[in-house]
Amino acid sequence: MPRRSRPLLTARLRAQVVKEVLSILRDPRSRMVVFAPPLIQLLIFSFAATLEVSNVDIAVHDQDSGRWSHELVARLDGAGFVSRVHPVGSGRELRRLIDRGEVIAALAIPPDFSREIAAGGTGRVQVLIDGRRSNAGQITLGYLTSIAADLGAEVEPGAAPVSALAVRHWFNPNLVYQWFIVPGLVGILAFFSALMLTALSIARERELGTFDQLLVSPTSTLEIIVSKSLPALAIGTVLGLLMIAAGAFVFRIPFTGSFGLLLASLVLFILSVVGIGLMISAVSATQQQAILGAFAIGVPAVLMSGFATPVENMPLALQWLAQAIPLTHFLVIVHGSVLKAMPPGDILANLWPLAAIAAVTLTMAVVFVRGRLQ
Amino acid sequence: MSAFDTRRLSALVRKESLQAVRDPSTLLIAFVLPAVLLLLFAYAVSLDIRTVRIGVVVESPGASSQQLAAAFAATRYLDVTFAHDRREVADRVVAGELRGFVVIPQDFEQRLAERSGQPLVQVVTDGSQPNTANFVANYAQGVVQTWRAGMGGEVPSASIALEPRYWYNPELESRRALVPGAIAIIMTIIGTMLTALVVAREWERGTMEAVMSTPASVVEILIGKLLPYFALGMLSTLGAAALAIFVFDVPLHGSLAALLLLSAVFMVPALGQGLLISSLARNQFLAAQIALFSGFLPAFMLSGFLFEIDSMPAPIRAITWLIPARYFVSSLKTVFLAGDIWAVFVPDLLAMAAIGAVLFALARRATRKNLEP
Repeated sequence: MPRRSRPLLTARLRAQVVKEVLSILRDPRSRMVVFAPPLIQLLIFSFAATLEVSNVDIAVHDQDSGRWSHELVARLDGAGFVSRVHPVGSGRELRRLIDRGEVIAALAIPPDFSREIAAGGTGRVQVLIDGRRSNAGQITLGYLTSIAADLGAEVEPGAAPVSALAVRHWFNPNLVYQWFIVPGLVGILAFFSALMLTALSIARERELGTFDQLLVSPTSTLEIIVSKSLPALAIGTVLGLLMIAAGAFVFRIPFTGSFGLLLASLVLFILSVVGIGLMISAVSATQQQAILGAFAIGVPAVLMSGFATPVENMPLALQWLAQAIPLTHFLVIVHGSVLKAMPPGDILANLWPLAAIAAVTLTMAVVFVRGRLQ
Repeated sequence: MSAFDTRRLSALVRKESLQAVRDPSTLLIAFVLPAVLLLLFAYAVSLDIRTVRIGVVVESPGASSQQLAAAFAATRYLDVTFAHDRREVADRVVAGELRGFVVIPQDFEQRLAERSGQPLVQVVTDGSQPNTANFVANYAQGVVQTWRAGMGGEVPSASIALEPRYWYNPELESRRALVPGAIAIIMTIIGTMLTALVVAREWERGTMEAVMSTPASVVEILIGKLLPYFALGMLSTLGAAALAIFVFDVPLHGSLAALLLLSAVFMVPALGQGLLISSLARNQFLAAQIALFSGFLPAFMLSGFLFEIDSMPAPIRAITWLIPARYFVSSLKTVFLAGDIWAVFVPDLLAMAAIGAVLFALARRATRKNLEP
């Protein structure tokens, strides 16, 4: 048989790929579920995920009712982050409001507050903060401190200390949180979509019994892996591009880097995720195992990738482990490309780990599928 | 034919329990994943800043500038790299190796002596990470102020001082707030994700119709299906709570009874959602995708677990009212950190029960409608 040696994209492979694409996209409900939810989530979550604090309630127990306490309460009332100031008459009431979570912080102003200030001393205000909301509580305290400092500066106008620092925030001068969160969400949503699609691919055939038919057909293992990878790769890449476009045109986030390099990184990123998905799929006997396996790997991976909290905050051992997660590197690239105009050298420093992870996971996937054959 | 037969029901429960326990993936998701998640929330996902790498560019050769540079190096939260030219550190900020840098300018001594109102030092941060950028700016401010106060000179004592006290979490460890919330995420995975998959598989394979054609009633079948996962969820909660208390050092100030009651009531909307998803999707791929995007991710992002609900825009806040995990997270944090505050629990319990009732009613309708073509 002279025609057995053949190029990679043979008619057989093409047919396989078409079949895989159809198995995902034939059902109109599946079509919708693949594309619509990630885009909707991007819109909702990018507004929801903020570490700024606004629209919170504050309670004040003013035992002083003097000039400076009135001034302080008026400034709280006018502060942008405060929704409502609850004046209360007793320490018990103050405690009750915090217990119930109705206010995030409560100020107790002692009777001698204005007198102390008038006498040239320091007026002390006790601030109780709800530690259940530890992060928002700390930020609120920061806001309150700057209000108190502003008011204090007015007590002795001459002595107002000059600002010792000139601060500039590069890449995001106003520290808009969305500029940080949207690129991160692009990575996470593309990651989960590609992971779920591929994790199910082999497991579904195995559960339905068609995988055995596939194995006895002349299709090679490599062809199986390639045909299972391509649809998820295409869908994940398109989804990623749609979300990056949404970031630029809906959220108006400046795009400063190289689009070509970002696209290359996106493809490699999805490819490495596809490899992980196929590995999970190859060892799963049922779809349930595949989905739960994808979950058991995907959720910790997202948590360690530096999406919500920086990788450098983690213990050293976990920082090393995080280097094996494709999302970690992709997040650096996507943040760098969108905001920082990252030069190619820095992108490549994060691109080769992606390529290495993809090579390892795809090879393992082939090995696992072959292992199943024997 | 009675609609409710305890012997039949117990047989169904036994069958489902065996099926659940025999699959290793069930045990993985109910016991291994929670342990891993709690570990990560305790040690990896920390909103507390530990050490931030910054650069300090000393352009001035004077003695005071050396002292200020040393003051930066001596701080607990900053990991300082020294440089003499800002170009050396600027590229490392772009690469993400440094999160900002402080410039002590050439005429620093002069500015310090003159007090002309010119800023003493310049701080540049990596704004692509807004939270860290804020921290670097504020912390640098503190370092400079403390250093100036230590120089002797004018120490203008503040006219107004705030004395903060954090209730329920005096050491202000973010893990104490995160670990209780993580239990809500775990329960959502078990209640919604797992049930959606298990019931969807029956539909996909056509075995649901087979069970439906037996004398068992729809209610019996559904209870038989859900009871084992309810038990699994409660066991997993107990395990997670034990880990939180004994390993991760999160106090349980409230009562165990309250924790169990809250968890049991939360399972109602979680299971109801799983059931509704499965009877709408009827295949595992769709069920998994819908459960991911309507159950897990909202519980993660919109429950107040990581991100403050009050700070979200009004339309998104309205959406959070529909998310059962939101009520569970608020009560969980209270039962662990504050104690049994029924003024918090009762509204949360009622909301979870109400959402659960609606979801079950919808699931029942979807199941029945689908059986009668």
